[in-house]
Amino acid sequence: MIAFDNVAYSYGGAELLSEVSLQLAPGSFHFLTGPSGSGKSTFLKLCYAELRPTAGQISIFDRDVRSLGRDDIARTRRRIGIVHQDCQFLDHLPLAANVALPLTVAERDTPVQDLSDLLAWVGLAHLADALPPSLSGGERQRAALARAVIIAPDVILADEPTGNVDWEMSLRLLSLLVELNRMGKTILVATHDLTLIRTVKQQVAARVLRIRNRRIQLAGADL
Amino acid sequence: MALRHAERVVPPSGPSAWLTTLTSAAMAFLAVFALALALASGRLADRWTEGLANSATIRISAPADQMDRQTQAVLDLLATTPGVASARAMTDEEQRKLLEPWFGPDLPLDTLPIPRLIEVTQDAAGYDGEGLRLRLAAEAPGAILDDHTRWRVPLAVAAGRLRILGLVSVVLILGTMAGMITLAANAALATNAQVIRVLRLVGARDAFIARAFVRRFTLRALSGAAMGTALGMLAVAALPSADAAGGFLTGLGFQGAGWLLPLVLPPLAAVVAFVTTRNAAFGKLREMM
Ligand SMILES: Nc1ncnc2c1ncn2[C@@H]1O[C@H](COP(=O)(O)OP(=O)(O)OP(=O)(O)O)[C@@H](O)[C@H]1O
Ligand SMILES: [Mg+2]
Repeated sequence: MIAFDNVAYSYGGAELLSEVSLQLAPGSFHFLTGPSGSGKSTFLKLCYAELRPTAGQISIFDRDVRSLGRDDIARTRRRIGIVHQDCQFLDHLPLAANVALPLTVAERDTPVQDLSDLLAWVGLAHLADALPPSLSGGERQRAALARAVIIAPDVILADEPTGNVDWEMSLRLLSLLVELNRMGKTILVATHDLTLIRTVKQQVAARVLRIRNRRIQLAGADL
Repeated sequence: MALRHAERVVPPSGPSAWLTTLTSAAMAFLAVFALALALASGRLADRWTEGLANSATIRISAPADQMDRQTQAVLDLLATTPGVASARAMTDEEQRKLLEPWFGPDLPLDTLPIPRLIEVTQDAAGYDGEGLRLRLAAEAPGAILDDHTRWRVPLAVAAGRLRILGLVSVVLILGTMAGMITLAANAALATNAQVIRVLRLVGARDAFIARAFVRRFTLRALSGAAMGTALGMLAVAALPSADAAGGFLTGLGFQGAGWLLPLVLPPLAAVVAFVTTRNAAFGKLREMM
């Protein structure tokens, strides 16, 4: 689905990521971990073509990122559900319209039943008409997850999806991702919460990528 | 639940929206006057150039007892002048009409030493003005050839310039409108940078995002210009009518089919808004990331 071949990235100064070679195979579940500022969000941005590698090659759905025009990137994003670290919404639109946004911008109709099913699935049915600024951190993150999956993407990239929520809610959010993975979606979750990773690894065959010294390695049993 | 109109993805932008409408209205209002000026001076230029070619007047000032003799002499002379199609002495009645605007209707024409006027019409070839003047001086010392060309040519040129000025004004007004709409659109795009980022993130193409802005600005420009044009046309219609004011102002206004011309302004404003907003949007989107 997404393949990195000897990729390096820098924001202009020293390299933040170097010699990254890895693949996210269809149907796989990956965690990405590392200290704050190590480049987790940066790695995800490379995965959805918000950033282009400064060296090496990234292919998304078998197409070199460098060859993608602006419209190609837009179309690629319709196959990738993104849960952003800071969960940005359109504050003037009710939650339901925000969740349906990927369909709106793709100029597809939103099946009303699907939308309410999805809101119920993330436990937000009662907040369909609420405006985003009035939502709690956990509600925003569940809404972001609902928005990421409404267009039935092949890949879901989640950046700290449990950043603002308590332990119980974290587990609930992760179980939603596990459920999606069982439905065949490719999942990548960036988090620094190792306890969460250990708990989820008991439910799903997840692999853990760890950023250390600018390299991304597969973590072993030492986790 | 879902959005019926794509443009709703961009929040309505409050006061800047009104500014676009208001600016378009003001610009259209001005454009109506510029257009009226161009049309009126066009008509004036045409009238003056037309009248130029074939008319002149000979004025005879002579003591009353010599008047008839000199008039006859001039008419005889003109009859044998090559290039003169016809010559005719004006009747007292006609002269009274000409002078009425200046001296009122009760002019005692017979008791005043009023010069006699002879109207001369040229043929296509035209006469030799200098030659005619010399012969008049010899035959009728009181006769003066008043060749209208002298004062009409500069007036016609001025009117022609005025027409160009009017048209240039219309173009400048549209250009100013394009500039202001570009600024307003860029401001709206900058204000909504966050919205645009979210839209890009969920897979919106530039064309989709641009459309939301373009639709808004086009509609604002269209409605604003429609209001401005309507007000401008009312104002032009309310100008003092031709006969009352006299002189140049008579012409300022629209005549007949000319009234249809300002109706072009609102669609034109919409086109200007469409093109400029679209350019601004695509430019800004590309530079955003
Ligand atoms: N647009 C940018 N320009 C310059 N430097 C940046 C930019 N974005 C991030 N950085 C820097 O790159 C480094 C990695 O940032 P990144 O957001 O990828 O970290 P992270 O691993 O996601 O951290 P966290 O766990 O806190 O979210 C940080 O030092 C950050 O300051
Ligand atoms: Mg981060």
